[in-house]
Amino acid sequence: MSLFPHLTAPPGPTVRAVHDEFHGDLLEVSMGPQHPSTHGVFRMVVTLDGEQIVKLKPVFGYLHRNHEKIAENTSYLSSMPYTDRLDYLCSMSNNWAYALAVEKLGGLTVPDRAQYLRVIMAELTRLVNHSCLVGFLFNDLGTSFTPLLYAFREREKILDLFESLSGSRMMCNYQRFGGCRVDPTPEWLATASALVDNFPKFLDEYETMLSGNEIMLARTQGVGRVAAAQAINAGITGPGLRACGVDYDVRKVDGYGFYPRFDFRVPLGAHGDTYDRYMMRILEMRESVKILQQAFRDLPAGPVMDPKAKLRGFRPKAGEAYGRLEGPKGELGFYLISDGSPNPWRYRVRPPSLINLTLLEEMCLGHTIADAVVILGSIDIVLGEVDR
Amino acid sequence: METLEQIRDRLLARFPAAKIELVVNPGPAAEHSLLLDAAFAPEIATFLHDDEVLRLDYCSNATGIDWPEKEIIDATTKAKTVQPGYLEAVYHLYSMSRKHGPVILRLRTANRSDQVTLPSFTPVWKSCDFQECEIYDLYGIVFAGHPDLRRLLMWHGFKDHPMRRDYVAPDDYEWEPTPHGSVLDRAKVHYPATAPQPETPKP
Amino acid sequence: MSDPTRPEPVERAATPAPTPFPAAGNISDADREDLRQHGILLTSLEELYGWGRSNSIWPLQFGLACCAIEMIAAATARFDIARFGAEIFRPSPRQADLMIVSGTVTKKMAPLVVRLWNQMPEPKYCIAMGACAISGGPFKQGYNVLKGIDRLIPVDIYIPGCPPRPEALLHGLTELQAKIRGERVSGPQAARHLRADQPSEFPIPDYGEHDLEPPSNPALFKPPVLPRKT
Repeated sequence: MSLFPHLTAPPGPTVRAVHDEFHGDLLEVSMGPQHPSTHGVFRMVVTLDGEQIVKLKPVFGYLHRNHEKIAENTSYLSSMPYTDRLDYLCSMSNNWAYALAVEKLGGLTVPDRAQYLRVIMAELTRLVNHSCLVGFLFNDLGTSFTPLLYAFREREKILDLFESLSGSRMMCNYQRFGGCRVDPTPEWLATASALVDNFPKFLDEYETMLSGNEIMLARTQGVGRVAAAQAINAGITGPGLRACGVDYDVRKVDGYGFYPRFDFRVPLGAHGDTYDRYMMRILEMRESVKILQQAFRDLPAGPVMDPKAKLRGFRPKAGEAYGRLEGPKGELGFYLISDGSPNPWRYRVRPPSLINLTLLEEMCLGHTIADAVVILGSIDIVLGEVDR
Repeated sequence: METLEQIRDRLLARFPAAKIELVVNPGPAAEHSLLLDAAFAPEIATFLHDDEVLRLDYCSNATGIDWPEKEIIDATTKAKTVQPGYLEAVYHLYSMSRKHGPVILRLRTANRSDQVTLPSFTPVWKSCDFQECEIYDLYGIVFAGHPDLRRLLMWHGFKDHPMRRDYVAPDDYEWEPTPHGSVLDRAKVHYPATAPQPETPKP
Repeated sequence: MSDPTRPEPVERAATPAPTPFPAAGNISDADREDLRQHGILLTSLEELYGWGRSNSIWPLQFGLACCAIEMIAAATARFDIARFGAEIFRPSPRQADLMIVSGTVTKKMAPLVVRLWNQMPEPKYCIAMGACAISGGPFKQGYNVLKGIDRLIPVDIYIPGCPPRPEALLHGLTELQAKIRGERVSGPQAARHLRADQPSEFPIPDYGEHDLEPPSNPALFKPPVLPRKT
């Protein structure tokens, strides 16, 4: 019997490594849930042979706050603020994913201006998420805070925009099914447009410091490799999938919102390693800037809410819908079943962060703990979404 | 992509003994689904995954649904029939190589208490790994053939399946300033009514 | 006040009103200021001790949920928690003296939070940051959500908000500093960590079959008693 019964590893498949008198004992390390490098309350039970990882079991649920159960007991509109708190770095794209699913469920339409505003918000969110991710990734590499300071400097500028528009820095609660909550002023748009035009300068500065850094290259290239077929089978989505060279971006495939109107590329990697996953983020930010510039140029006038949309007491017809979009972390989906009542009968979030962790063990096997930390950082998880 | 009827007909031609039903979605989304025979589900899944035309190589979403038993009153005869409850697992399949989808598959258990075993799709699509663990944790569907079925979100040793409709949460209700709806009902249970207290003047 | 479910106000232990500091005998603060301008600094060991401790708080690097991002934001350049001497986030509870409970505490996480609190050496302080850590917040109705960390460990400062802005965290921190500066080292009003009758460690709840066991610490938390009118 172990000293700490609830800290022992959950039952799982047996250890894969050779274990005999010559190889010595294996060491089991519980990393987390309180660990500076697990991005929240994530826990990994790592089995080590010397320094090499021979088994890794993720343990979830330390932030399981019953989002789905609460949403099934409340109205469609009241779930919108909860979606902010799923992936708390990207509240705007979570709002959109939920609005998309409800619009599909109820057959609602969205005015043109709101479609453009949604693209603007989603791409600004992508900038926030990816720049923070790169900062956190370098924290995991041991640079202790400096790149993160640069990332948060840019993040604050975008959060100021979100705050002046929606009233909250992080939990924007901005989108509604049938449109957006408020219309930005021309001053807001001018400020946002100026910020976006200046963003490539920040990226250049960031890349000068980081992308060619020798330690960075040594620590990330060839670490945590995934093959394309393996990634597809494991349901990896987002930058992690495209780093393996699979051309799959829901923005292009589904063409939701007004994305077909925009001209942008989907960057692809070739090696599926940590460095490619990092570069995907940088390249995607550059593409986001392009999308944003087109959106600010083409933004039409008009209403931001469908006047026929009924927010309070919204009762869709019985049926179901699965709405998905390309969030910054991957494919974020909402699966809703209505039985005709004001509350959804089933409310399901398809969390990209959780499913992207499916291959964590395969990525980490044979590497050291220090590499496992970097691999986890490059997968980009947010625990609010992993555990919901 | 082929229509769902065509897929069903091809599946029926390939697996003549299987029972495959088209479940119609009446809502505006019109995403219909296929209800599979649990006995043939692993072969059907492998077929859908490997089929040259469909090549559904990506299982995006796997989730459970609880349908408790329901009393149905016939509109004309006023006769009451009890529809038995069941648990359902739903899979949303897409194709990354062919860029189409979704094909929605459903599996149903016989009841909600003792016959809750369904075949696992994890051997076909690894992305179902954690999601099936989650369904097992929250709904109590046991997936036969899953390599490592364990509670994902709640702790090891937890006995309930909290996403089921009849789950009763532990009574740790605390006063809320504006209780209403189900919260007010819980407040009334938690704080039973007492005889009226004499009003004490506030200082 | 006609709401039948509204409970009586909860009786909280009254904190003694801070008395003026007996800094140096009976010399008043104005006299001390006068002397300071002549280059003479008068103080007491107690005051010096509190001043030093309040300006070198080492928080535990421990993020739970959304509020943790705002906690990190408070440490970055714009808000710069280093101005208040609290920038050294320690990953080990053995080196930390402030626990910022930043986010939703789930029942699965609660025993670990208490364990971390027990591992921190005295003197130690706790800030409940955000609605979730205070009461469960928006997730209060969840089956796996602990409805306030003060059910299990004592809390010094509550910071409302969902999430609180970094400025709110800084305000909470300065409030905590004022509290630390007001603590006495001896006598009947001595600080909590100097009194033998005050516990430093708290029982860690177990994972039960349906809930935590016990769900709250009865020595710390008394649920509000509510005589509901018929």
